[in-house]
Amino acid sequence: MTKTILKAHELRVEFGGVTAVDKVTIEAHENELIGLIGPNGAGKTTLFNLLTGVYKPTSGDVFIDNHDQLSPINQLSPYKRAQLGIARTFQNIRLFKSRTVIENVLIAMTAANKSYPIQAILRTPKFYQNEAQNRQKAMSLLEIFGMTQVADELANTLPYGQQRRLEIVRALATTPKILFLDEPAAGMNPQETAELTDLIKQIQVQFKMTIVLIEHDMKLVMAVSERLYVLEYGKVLATGTPKDIQNNPAVIKAYLGEEG
Amino acid sequence: MDKAHIKYTLSWATLALMIVILIVVMTMFDIIGPYGLTTIVLIGINLIAAIGLNLIIGMSGQFSLGHAGFMAIGAYATALIVTAVPTIFGFIMSLFVGAMLSGIVALIVGIPTLRLRGDYLAIATLGVSEIIRILIMNFKFTHGPAGIFAIPSFVNWPLVFGMAVLTIIVVVNLVRSPTGRAIIAVRDNEIAAESLGINTTKYKVIAFVLGAVLAALAGGLRASFIQSVSPQDFTFMQSITILIIVVLGGIGSISGTVVTAIALGILDVILQNFGSLRMVIYAVVLIVVMLFRPQGLFGRSEFSLKKMLFDSGGNHDKDHSKGA
Repeated sequence: MTKTILKAHELRVEFGGVTAVDKVTIEAHENELIGLIGPNGAGKTTLFNLLTGVYKPTSGDVFIDNHDQLSPINQLSPYKRAQLGIARTFQNIRLFKSRTVIENVLIAMTAANKSYPIQAILRTPKFYQNEAQNRQKAMSLLEIFGMTQVADELANTLPYGQQRRLEIVRALATTPKILFLDEPAAGMNPQETAELTDLIKQIQVQFKMTIVLIEHDMKLVMAVSERLYVLEYGKVLATGTPKDIQNNPAVIKAYLGEEG
Repeated sequence: MDKAHIKYTLSWATLALMIVILIVVMTMFDIIGPYGLTTIVLIGINLIAAIGLNLIIGMSGQFSLGHAGFMAIGAYATALIVTAVPTIFGFIMSLFVGAMLSGIVALIVGIPTLRLRGDYLAIATLGVSEIIRILIMNFKFTHGPAGIFAIPSFVNWPLVFGMAVLTIIVVVNLVRSPTGRAIIAVRDNEIAAESLGINTTKYKVIAFVLGAVLAALAGGLRASFIQSVSPQDFTFMQSITILIIVVLGGIGSISGTVVTAIALGILDVILQNFGSLRMVIYAVVLIVVMLFRPQGLFGRSEFSLKKMLFDSGGNHDKDHSKGA
């Protein structure tokens, strides 16, 4: 049995009487690629926000692998969860727009690298050494994704597809254990979506990472996911391999409605 | 430190030295009289305070209207300590004490209030500033509304000039470091910064505390220079005076703050000749600048010696990689 990286147990959240996520139990294993699908308003992004700490659950628990042990992270704020290895991208792109591409990546490396303001103020040799090291790391990461040419461009001048790509690179720069992608193909043309499909596969292989993906583009989801969770009305409707899900009558009913 | 850094540092040092020589020469030929030197000192003091405020408003994106309060803490620390210990040592100590005290108050106030956003934070910081002023007005040891007079002066223009240069170096070096990048990240997109493991409250508080420390430093220099302090010096209008420098220069641009502090200081001198028209012209200038440059004179960009001196066309790409 492979190692569990993240686990949510009977997670539930209410917003003033509306139960957005209802007793959801999911598990993500090491180096697994999980798809999270469901009709609009099923609670997919809310579930992401619960797992990454943006919302606090009404009940239920979230655990993350911490030195080969599952430790509860319910009480932790998003930045502490990020430090434990949870990274994410956003449905609506959230880059640091006034910063260059490489600075976006460098910012993501802040938490992992200890820095001393005194060294920065005095510009000690150690400071220059650390900066050079960080830049090199950031550059090699950008190189993997073919973005070295735009390293010094401002983030908001990039084309849409590149901005999405940068957001993923930035998330990877935190060296996470698990990466949440919230509708990475939203607004992309078929060409860009095809590139993204390759990119996601590449990340999983090259970085040995667990990836959880919310996506409406079924071609993409079915192509990359090893396992799927289907959400409807805040509940897990079904789980299984893409093939199982495609033939699951309950899922077909949720998406297409009942015959008759 | 490689050659490029040394060359770059030296070129800035040369610029600073040239300004010093210029001032000295102009004093020798009586182009700058005692009144001119007073103006230079006041410009320097405003500059230190304004850079502190730009760190809070421009870099960390937190709208503070409480700068006068922190200046008051520094001013009264210097006034009280220097009156008791009228030596240069007492003066230096008083700047330290004022800065520390101001930093501590900023820390205590900042942790709860920096959770607020925009207008709410502005109101909260304004409230803090007024509370500080009213406390000073009602304490016995601060001599109430009358204030403190005949404070020994240890301030001259070289000291203020040096302090201003030091302030610029500290703030610019901090902004161009991992800490500064994190502060700016929080300004640009707080949710994204948090999702990357950045403790957003911590970086907001760092900027706020450092801004308050600089305000106190400016306040301390001002108290010793003008040789008197009273609560009326630190009303809401004092915060606005500093805010105008920051907004006019460009929120988030240190160069803009420096240029505007100097320009407004000189404008103030020129307008002395216009009597009561002075404030009208001043206001018109502000309105015109805001109409034509709503983002401030410099926007968010910085004046760069590197681009002017060393950038020979092709090596523009390297510019960002040497963040000195």
